[in-house]
Amino acid sequence: MHSTTESFLKNFALLEHSLNGESELPLHQLRRRSLERFSALGFPTTRDEDWRFTNIAPLAATHFRPVLLPEPHSITPAQAAAIGYAGQSAHRLVFVNGHFAPGLSQLGEVGNGVAVGNLAAVIKADAGVVEQFIESLPATRPDPFAALNTAFLRDGAFISVPNGSIIQQPIHLLFIGAAPSEATVAHLRNLISVGANAQATIIEEYVSVGGGNPTFTNPVTQIAAGENATVNHYRIQHEQESGFHVGTFHATLERASTVNSITFTLGSAIVRNNTNAVLGGPGAHCTMDGVYLANGTQLVDNHTTLDHAAPNCTSHELYKGVLNDRGRGVFSGRIIVRQDAQKTDSKQSNRNLLLSDTAIIDSKPQLEIFADDVKCTHGATIGQLSDESLFYLRARGIGLAQARAILTYAFAEEVVEHIAIPELCDYLEALLNTRLEH
Amino acid sequence: MSQQPILEIRDLHASVEGKEILKGINLTVNPGEVHAIMGPNGSGKSTLAQVLAGHKAYEVTSGKALLRGNDLLELDPEERAREGVFLAFQYPVELPGVNSTYFLKAAVNAVRKHRGEEELDAADFLALVRQKMKVLDVGEALLRRSVNEGFSGGEKKRNEIFQMAVLEPTLAILDETDSGLDIDALRVVADGVNKLRSPENAMVLVTHYQRLLEYIVPDVVHVLYKGRIIKSGGKELALELEEHGYDWVKEHAEEVGVG
Repeated sequence: MHSTTESFLKNFALLEHSLNGESELPLHQLRRRSLERFSALGFPTTRDEDWRFTNIAPLAATHFRPVLLPEPHSITPAQAAAIGYAGQSAHRLVFVNGHFAPGLSQLGEVGNGVAVGNLAAVIKADAGVVEQFIESLPATRPDPFAALNTAFLRDGAFISVPNGSIIQQPIHLLFIGAAPSEATVAHLRNLISVGANAQATIIEEYVSVGGGNPTFTNPVTQIAAGENATVNHYRIQHEQESGFHVGTFHATLERASTVNSITFTLGSAIVRNNTNAVLGGPGAHCTMDGVYLANGTQLVDNHTTLDHAAPNCTSHELYKGVLNDRGRGVFSGRIIVRQDAQKTDSKQSNRNLLLSDTAIIDSKPQLEIFADDVKCTHGATIGQLSDESLFYLRARGIGLAQARAILTYAFAEEVVEHIAIPELCDYLEALLNTRLEH
Repeated sequence: MSQQPILEIRDLHASVEGKEILKGINLTVNPGEVHAIMGPNGSGKSTLAQVLAGHKAYEVTSGKALLRGNDLLELDPEERAREGVFLAFQYPVELPGVNSTYFLKAAVNAVRKHRGEEELDAADFLALVRQKMKVLDVGEALLRRSVNEGFSGGEKKRNEIFQMAVLEPTLAILDETDSGLDIDALRVVADGVNKLRSPENAMVLVTHYQRLLEYIVPDVVHVLYKGRIIKSGGKELALELEEHGYDWVKEHAEEVGVG
């Protein structure tokens, strides 16, 4: 299996070559260490407990060309504007094949001390900040994909909201994958820090344009929420059907902060989301929700970890899956309650709608509780559309396919309505309905 | 009568899970008429309503049902609705997460499209709905809620009649619309139904009790017993039933050889 990592190791030499003077920075040593780590771990196989249900052999067998430097592309600003969420936003940062595309982006005014930009620019200006932020990512599990991401670190979004700043409009990060001539890979790194008493909303959206070649998107997003901060993070993945996506999200929550993370997964052949939060200060709250759709032979795997490391924290987790055809879903929800995390209140729920006899869901709660005064509940369900509900809709003239789509969307709606931006709710409703009516 | 009946049922037999429930129904409903079908529990009233709406749990084993001369039974439930059949459910289904406005608009436009009419846009649809709400004294809060979710029994029944008003069916079948309603709610629902009566459409009221018929006066009353209509008459038949109870009917049924 390790042999398949070879093409990535070879590509690393190309990366180093493209770095010019930057390879002298301590940040590059971090890249090297990460590459060694990746090389030692190799790609996971189904013999690894964390990857038991997700066979990534098709990904490991594909040669992806690394896009080491920004390349010319044919996407016009008008086209970019028509892709993805088009509601109001404070800033819209567009990336093409892993690199910031300033010509397609719209950066609004930033208030005092707020930084919104791309990581490559920040590395040029102050690589130390980036290095520190990345080093703060705890390795909760041996994660070859996060290591691979760090090894190929180049670009992504960098957002820093200072103490007390409130950004009302969402910041929209749009990642476009375009592989017209050959398969490509993008290792994006998004670093987001929201200071004490500050507030921000981030929309992280992944799309594909043109070309039938598979793309491999391997992003890592880190969020640091300061004391009493509020961060809403909405992740929307609807890339092309032949692609691969391994997305890592990691949030750290300080005292009394709130992070609301909602993940919508609609696209690609294989998607793995590693979604983690560490509730590191007393009174923090984390909502971790998700909706995942798998049609055809798609596979969507959500591995989540809620790590309660401080007392009096709450977490609510609701993941809802819609599996059709030979689609396959995996949900693994790990909740850790550490010894000090007394009065933890944690609620996990994973519900699935199976629309065909050949769809599969593997659902696995994993509770590791080391404190004695805690409240933890979890539940998993599997269901089908109700015949009586379908009949009721049809008896009003609504055709079978539309009736099924309406009821399927209704199943996911519980999560959509947790979004605080009405325009984004409408966008997701349309996106989900378009997918469900096909 | 030269005009074509809206509904014509001939010797209709239907069973559920292999058990025959309807054992030869004959019924003709003309435009402008309101028919009441009464009968004791288990006589097949609701089965008849569900069969006409096209519920797949009920299997038609023989007989015919024609809607304005066309075979109704070969159509899917949605095609029947588009052709103008409306069933007000005895137990309206709660649809959490299904927005009432979205649902009604989808229904209205499915019917309009079938009739070759242009689909309504959001503004035109809202205008239509508001007008119907006025007629039936329904609050606009209903539109923002999920269909029937958390509604009281009365609210659900009223919502059925509201949907009926919006969809303007040719043939409305009201299945036990009076059950579970207090007298005030009953009056509101009956009032709504009366406002929707017209010379062009027809209604079939399925009911156990006579009291609904105090508010919606039928042209014809039928007594259904053990899967057959054993007696038909004018509105006074309902009063006789009220007076003598269904035992009187059962005796009559034995006289005519049913049961």
